[in-house]
Amino acid sequence: MSTQGQAMAFKLDAEPVDTQKPTVGRDVRETVGEVRVADPRVRCTDVNVHYGDKHAIKNISLDVGKGEVLAMIGPSGCGKSTFLRCLNRMNDTVRECRVTGEILLDGEDINASHIDVVPLRARVAMVFQKPNPFPKSIYENVAFGPRIHGLCNSKSDLDVVVESSLRKANLWDEVKDRLDDVGTGLSGGQQQRLCIARAIAIEPEVILMDEPCSALDPISTAKVEQLIEELRQQFSIVIVTHSMQQAARVSQRTAYFHMGDLIEVSETDRLFIKPRHQLTEDYITGRFG
Amino acid sequence: MTNPTKASTEGASSFARVQAGMARRRAAERRFKLLGRAAVGIGLLFLAVLLTSIVSRGYTAFWQTEMRLDVVLVADEIDPEGTRLVDTLHKADYSALIKQSLRDMFPEVSSRRDRFALYGLVSNGAAFDLRDRVMADPSLIGTTVSLWVPADDDVDMLMKGHIDREGPEADRRIKDTTLGWIDQLEADGRLALRFNTAFFTKGDSRDPELAGIRGALMGTIFTLVVTLALSFPLGVAAAVYLEEFAPKNRWTDLIEVNINNLAAVPSIVFGLLGLAVFINVFGLPRSAPLLGGLVLTLMTLPTIIIASRAALKSVPPSIRDAALGIGASPMQATLFHVIPLALPGMLTGTIIGMAQALGETAPLLMIGMVAFIADVPQGVFDPATALPVQIYLWADSPERAFVERTSAAIMVLLAFLALMNLVAVLLRKRFERRW
Repeated sequence: MSTQGQAMAFKLDAEPVDTQKPTVGRDVRETVGEVRVADPRVRCTDVNVHYGDKHAIKNISLDVGKGEVLAMIGPSGCGKSTFLRCLNRMNDTVRECRVTGEILLDGEDINASHIDVVPLRARVAMVFQKPNPFPKSIYENVAFGPRIHGLCNSKSDLDVVVESSLRKANLWDEVKDRLDDVGTGLSGGQQQRLCIARAIAIEPEVILMDEPCSALDPISTAKVEQLIEELRQQFSIVIVTHSMQQAARVSQRTAYFHMGDLIEVSETDRLFIKPRHQLTEDYITGRFG
Repeated sequence: MTNPTKASTEGASSFARVQAGMARRRAAERRFKLLGRAAVGIGLLFLAVLLTSIVSRGYTAFWQTEMRLDVVLVADEIDPEGTRLVDTLHKADYSALIKQSLRDMFPEVSSRRDRFALYGLVSNGAAFDLRDRVMADPSLIGTTVSLWVPADDDVDMLMKGHIDREGPEADRRIKDTTLGWIDQLEADGRLALRFNTAFFTKGDSRDPELAGIRGALMGTIFTLVVTLALSFPLGVAAAVYLEEFAPKNRWTDLIEVNINNLAAVPSIVFGLLGLAVFINVFGLPRSAPLLGGLVLTLMTLPTIIIASRAALKSVPPSIRDAALGIGASPMQATLFHVIPLALPGMLTGTIIGMAQALGETAPLLMIGMVAFIADVPQGVFDPATALPVQIYLWADSPERAFVERTSAAIMVLLAFLALMNLVAVLLRKRFERRW
């Protein structure tokens, strides 16, 4: 995968060949490409989000497959973060935000009245743009989730979960001798991996990542990307990113958003090499965004 | 700016303009700094003036003139039947013994008026001191004891130089004969300034030499304990609910406006409310620290709520997101992550509210904590007064000796305040965390 990613990053710099010109014009807003997958973890149908009078997300249908990394790209304010936050109902915390449409997690509508957001978020965990570890010890940061969800019966169970989560997040070797240090004292990249460890400690089905590397240096970014690739074996991952190279490196499918519309979804390779929509091509060739 | 040559010439000229303006900007900067320093300086100056005037007036109150008396404990006077019963010992006329010892020292005094003046040299409290001494050790009866008793406040004032010896006799509270006795006693080493333990161990008294701060101090402590125990949990709970859980609508806006208004209500109004509601409706005991605490809780609640809400607002939303994002319930996010981070700010608000409550006099006047109470309160239901009220009462008293006691009481109040602040700072340090 990583060699493929490098190859694609190389191709991005090349001018698109004439024969691969997009076939769909700029004024078309219907989604182009394959929104559905055969075995979906999450299936969204006609999702709309309104912030007061503002129509932030317009009729979006999209699937997230099992064991896949779905990247969402698009210019600032296109609604990709808003859409991401629909998937574990984090928009509930935003006043004046109204979500309609159907979002099925394993076939169950998460917006149904009988669904409790607390267990939902234990299944769909979130990692944020800015690393936001709790100002507590590294151990406590990871242990918080399993503890509140009652996943561990004993201290030794918890120790095991903390260690395995930190190992999965490729952070164990760096922090194993200072688990009692404050999490906020780590470097930016370590903090973000700590946040990922915190998320995977509760064994969710889906991990949502909202520009997880935008505050990180290139080396930390590489580590997080490698981590995403490893986590894909166990979790479905939806990642919002501003870096097309990153999307190309880590994801299997990519969705391009524009002004609240989902413009194009397809295999990542295909989207970057042979975009079908004119807007997608404009964006990935740097004409705007 | 598209033309590069034009841009560069403009750049040069604007650099020159910047240079030309620098002197003015630096001067403005200096003036601004100077003003700030002056403001801080004036503040410190006033503080220094205040403290010096209080301390210079009040420090003498920590010493009290005492007189050494050799009292013959005549068995027939104290306990004629020799039963040594507590009741008998308690009822004996000890002041007669004190008077006798004074007469023994100045046998030449014979006229009724002179004797009266002579008896006035020692405090009324001397007889009680003697009684306590005898009751503690009845075997002293029949012997002669030498004991230090507090001198009268006029003697005290003379010893401390607050009464002018040279002034005309008619204007002086101490006449020439008395002055002669005092000089003689001093020459005999029977008059001395000793540490004023009574000031810290006794309740209020009409006699300045017997008046102590302990009653008011305990009253204040009980009142503040009640205030803290009620206003901190209530205030924090209200703030947490309003900030983290309540829907933002017209009702909560109305509540917020009203809380802000309550913070600005004159404190005497809370006193009136306490009188009308707590005493007249609920029939709580008047003058009690419990009542004072309730009234001061009403007064400090808005302060604590406002400060706590500000503290909660300043917690970065990313912390809430982090907790909610891994499935914490809103209560878990608030309890485990938001409140610990807001706690230092909440404590600051609480200490400001408590300091306000500590210095508050007006509402306590309305609920009867202004009464003359000589006993030291033992609990929140006993009648009590508070330090600021005590200061007010003493400042109102005509005796010269109460002037220094007033200042001394202010010093105690300030020390108490400093202590409270110190505790708050230590607590805040403990809870303070970076994020």
